[in-house]
Amino acid sequence: MAVAEQTQSIEEQRSWEGSLDQLRGLVSERAITGETMLLNMGPHHPSTHGVLRLLLELDGEQIVSCLPDIGFLHTGIEKSLEDKSYEKALPLTDRMDYLSPMSNNMAYAAAVEKLLDLDVPERGQIIRVVCLELARCASHLVWLGTHAIDMGAMSVLLYAFRERERILGMFEMLSGQRMMSSYIRPGGVWRDVPDDFLPTIKQFLDDFPYKVDDYEALLTKNPIWKDRAQGVGVIEPDVALAYGMTGPALRGSGVNWDLRKAQPYCGYETYDFNVPLGEHGDVYDRYLIRIHEFRESMKILNQAVSRLETVKGPYRSQNHKYCPPLRSELGQSMEAVIHHFKLWTYGYDAPDEEIYSAIESPRGEIGCYIHGTGGNKPRRVHFKTPSFIHISALPVVAKGYLLADMVAIIGSVDIVLGDCDR
Amino acid sequence: MEFPAARDPVSALRDVFGEALLHVKEFRGETTIVVDAERTAEVLDFLRVTSGLVYNMLSDVSAVDYFPNDYGDAFDGEESDFRPERFGVSYHILSMLYNRRLRVKAFAAAEDPRLPTATVVWPAANWLEREIADMMGIVFEGHADQRRLLMPEDWYGHPHRRDYPLGKETVAFSFNVDEIHQHKPFARD
Repeated sequence: MAVAEQTQSIEEQRSWEGSLDQLRGLVSERAITGETMLLNMGPHHPSTHGVLRLLLELDGEQIVSCLPDIGFLHTGIEKSLEDKSYEKALPLTDRMDYLSPMSNNMAYAAAVEKLLDLDVPERGQIIRVVCLELARCASHLVWLGTHAIDMGAMSVLLYAFRERERILGMFEMLSGQRMMSSYIRPGGVWRDVPDDFLPTIKQFLDDFPYKVDDYEALLTKNPIWKDRAQGVGVIEPDVALAYGMTGPALRGSGVNWDLRKAQPYCGYETYDFNVPLGEHGDVYDRYLIRIHEFRESMKILNQAVSRLETVKGPYRSQNHKYCPPLRSELGQSMEAVIHHFKLWTYGYDAPDEEIYSAIESPRGEIGCYIHGTGGNKPRRVHFKTPSFIHISALPVVAKGYLLADMVAIIGSVDIVLGDCDR
Repeated sequence: MEFPAARDPVSALRDVFGEALLHVKEFRGETTIVVDAERTAEVLDFLRVTSGLVYNMLSDVSAVDYFPNDYGDAFDGEESDFRPERFGVSYHILSMLYNRRLRVKAFAAAEDPRLPTATVVWPAANWLEREIADMMGIVFEGHADQRRLLMPEDWYGHPHRRDYPLGKETVAFSFNVDEIHQHKPFARD
């Protein structure tokens, strides 16, 4: 009898009819009575940039309310980190925001360094800056291509991916991997840059500004692009702050907040660059900001590459309690063997304390909260990711715009669902 | 433009909330303020609106589980650590004006953990708290949307709790779901 009842209740739960009762209070009363239409967008809609499902309430073509549904790409990364030693957890962070893995590595490495009070040598910092700015360009290139294709400009994608391919090639040179690089590690970077890296990146830095001009020639003054983008998806600065938005989405509304300037890490305070700001907070301003960020990243990269040629020395911390010794030392030094063995089997202990550290990723502030146990595994790691925050703010941003504008808005806040669901 | 000089958040809170300020800690330049759980929202609102503090942005809300024996009477760690209950919820707030961060922490009991919601202070807390409610099983009283966020609606248990098994999970289908949950007494609600 009990089994029969249970089966029935499961069938009721899974019934395709569905009831609108559970949406009461989340959508307007007009949707319950059937006056407005509830439309499901995603999770397989191409312009949702992954697996985002939006439940839209439409009055004609106008969006009355919007309920984002996430979790389709939830992979339990934060839980998995609890069973790994600090160094071995690093490859998992690559897989969150898969368009800029270097930024995730950096957020995690910076947090671990803060927890351990670990130093990073100057050359390591410079290599990190090079990686982070290249990652910013690569991520913005994907954004540019997909955003343009969402709005009907088909060819930009091919141009953007052509340049992204060169950046991924450079990541492969550095780390042996195009995307899941795991290159930035607590204490510095995995290895020094190879000999052929500098000529390659110099060639890229010579070419790239002209490519950015090409993208702008296709879009910036294009009347169709302007019609689709200007005055759409306006985010007021106070709304952006209240909803915790960061990165280009916040700067597009004119709030001057960039963690590279405000709370510098990796020696960003020693580089000369500007933070582009928007005026209107619409899709077009956010587009312009990212285009300007290409140019600012070029500025930083040029400075960093010239420093890379002059500053020599270790690329990773020499504190061998936390960072492995050079492979070449293993044949000569007993102590190096002991450190090596200890690090790759047990790892290292971190204090039973909590810390929060944040960096500016291409999408905004990636925060990493780590609570240690006093042992070699963390008690809790939590990532505050910009995509998560930006999707939670989508309902406010999209309200009142047309369904077709929703595509532009999703593209312009630049979300990555792997980043959102973790 | 002239702004009022920055005030020390700890002394400002002590003046207004007195006893509700349970513990203050510094680590690696980060200040943690443990407050009475029932007054979290009040404290956060005070920190947001008071001149000289103006913590205008909520960066993150994260929760930590001190199971099995790192809290309460059983805790034998550092003297300076204050862990009265099983769950700790940290609000990381940021003042853009004075360019500093602060962590406000509240504790929730192992049995029926509850905290007041901070969505009244910052709308940004909406999803961050829903995630914690989903993954840690802490109920945020007054939160307008109490559905699960990341896990499926019909999921049993809260995966980020320390007593929730990590890995080696049988895939749940409708025919074996009861059998699976017999093996997970702790993880259940």
